[in-house]
Amino acid sequence: MSRSPKQVVLYLILAIMALGFIAPFYFMVVGAFQENPTNTPADMFPTGGWTLENFATINERINLPRSLMNSLVFTAGVLLGTLTFGLLAGYSLARLRWRGRNALFVIMLGVQMVPFQLLMIPLYVQVASYYQLGDTYAGMILPFLINTTAVFIFRQFFLGLPEEIFEAARIDGAGELRVLWSVAIPMVKPAIATVVLITFIGPWNEFLWPFLITKDADTQPLAVSLANFISNSARSEANPNGVILAGACALALPVVILFCLFQRHFRPSDLGAAVKG
Amino acid sequence: MLTRILGKQPFGLALAVPYVVFLAVVMAYPLAYAVWISFFDYVFAAPGMDIDADFVGLANYQAALTDPRVLQSFGNIAIFLAINVPLTVVLSMILASALNAVTRWTAAFRVAFYVPYVTASVSLIGVWMLLFSQEGLVNTILGPLAPDPSWLVNEHLAMPSIALYVTWKQLGFYILLYLAALQAVPAERYESASTDGAGIIQRFWHVTVPGVRSTTLIVLILSIIIGANLFTEPYLLTNGGGPDGASSSPVLMIYQKGIQQGNPDVASAIGVILVIGVGLLSLLSTRLTKES
Repeated sequence: MSRSPKQVVLYLILAIMALGFIAPFYFMVVGAFQENPTNTPADMFPTGGWTLENFATINERINLPRSLMNSLVFTAGVLLGTLTFGLLAGYSLARLRWRGRNALFVIMLGVQMVPFQLLMIPLYVQVASYYQLGDTYAGMILPFLINTTAVFIFRQFFLGLPEEIFEAARIDGAGELRVLWSVAIPMVKPAIATVVLITFIGPWNEFLWPFLITKDADTQPLAVSLANFISNSARSEANPNGVILAGACALALPVVILFCLFQRHFRPSDLGAAVKG
Repeated sequence: MLTRILGKQPFGLALAVPYVVFLAVVMAYPLAYAVWISFFDYVFAAPGMDIDADFVGLANYQAALTDPRVLQSFGNIAIFLAINVPLTVVLSMILASALNAVTRWTAAFRVAFYVPYVTASVSLIGVWMLLFSQEGLVNTILGPLAPDPSWLVNEHLAMPSIALYVTWKQLGFYILLYLAALQAVPAERYESASTDGAGIIQRFWHVTVPGVRSTTLIVLILSIIIGANLFTEPYLLTNGGGPDGASSSPVLMIYQKGIQQGNPDVASAIGVILVIGVGLLSLLSTRLTKES
């Protein structure tokens, strides 16, 4: 394609918008390491005033390793549940014929329409009072245990495999679990990468549910402890802006790094089909 | 016989059982329970205690709909949707089309657009709070044009600021959906439009827009659902729906009434009204995107 004036305009639009999208990230990362994060455009490229003090301060206020650990356990629990049960459900929906399969698929489409927040009150009663799971990892993980979008993605990938390989394995006498484990799963490895990525960002970034269910600072994931810090005590710091940005970095960077490493698995074709069902 | 009842491969049911149980426990049951609570005089009971709740008909709905704070929150979310939904559809469609039409740096552009979507809202709210504060970078750049009172503490600008923030935060996901849809629009249609003398804007209007119609419906419905779920932003960015409730949302009301003030029954009624509203708006979207 030739570099026509129209193409130049397109590149210009994309570049300006892309800058607008990442500028706040630049502000966040630079400000987190500044003694006094700037508010004037002239100082957007600081040459001095670098410090690690902001990270030390946020660590004193919210116990960073502990909060990160809680976020990690919460996220790992959801990943484990989604990878195990989501794979089983996706495979079953795509490749096995059983009564109720279509009904389940219709229900899954409906599930995506129910706003989670409506379920907040009953779930809170259920988990905190019936199951006594307040301030526990299990209580945090339970409502997110199996990511429905992930089930859609697995189903989509399993649907794309040729039926012959399954028939061949069955003729060789392999049971269904064996077919799933040794034939089907190795063939959908790209789907697993995509699912890990989209499932990871859910619990890692989730605020409302862990905020409701954890009162003890020792069990709060970083999103909750950072939000509490921002709304309660940040104002009393000597350099509140720098400390807030340092906390924001600590919460954002693990996901941003993971995303940049795995971004080729964040493909329109896979996710588009999954969302449409 | 068993095959007739359970289907050809009943083992499939066994594999799906954990997921079915999960949906029943964290979706179906709470959904039914929420509706039930909204018709009863319900209070949080101590663990193990069963208190008989009285059926009160529509009293909780009446309490919700006569509370000016609740009505204000529904008005706020209408403002939010009126800004966020059209902006989301237009920007994501244009940016996806632009991305689809260029060949270089596409991976870099895509990462830039997706990154706010994958990042925690709590982090990004921290950044926006500083950028849009009274003395913040945005006001410094605007100089004398800076609004007074500033964005997040201005009753007319607080909700639009949140709508702008959410548009920016979520846009990458919708760009992704449109990119998927654009891959399915046959190239011949663009070529035949070009032969007919259509310019870039005409091709966008007559080929792209109708070609991605079904995705536009999904983007409309998803952005309405996400908008109706608004909680973290008014809770944190505008400090609990401030100034004076100007940026409160129905979900913030559910939290305040249900958890903070101990009225889960009225809170559930607000939730049911919200879901009915989302359902109606989704129906309207289906109508709007139907081929005429």
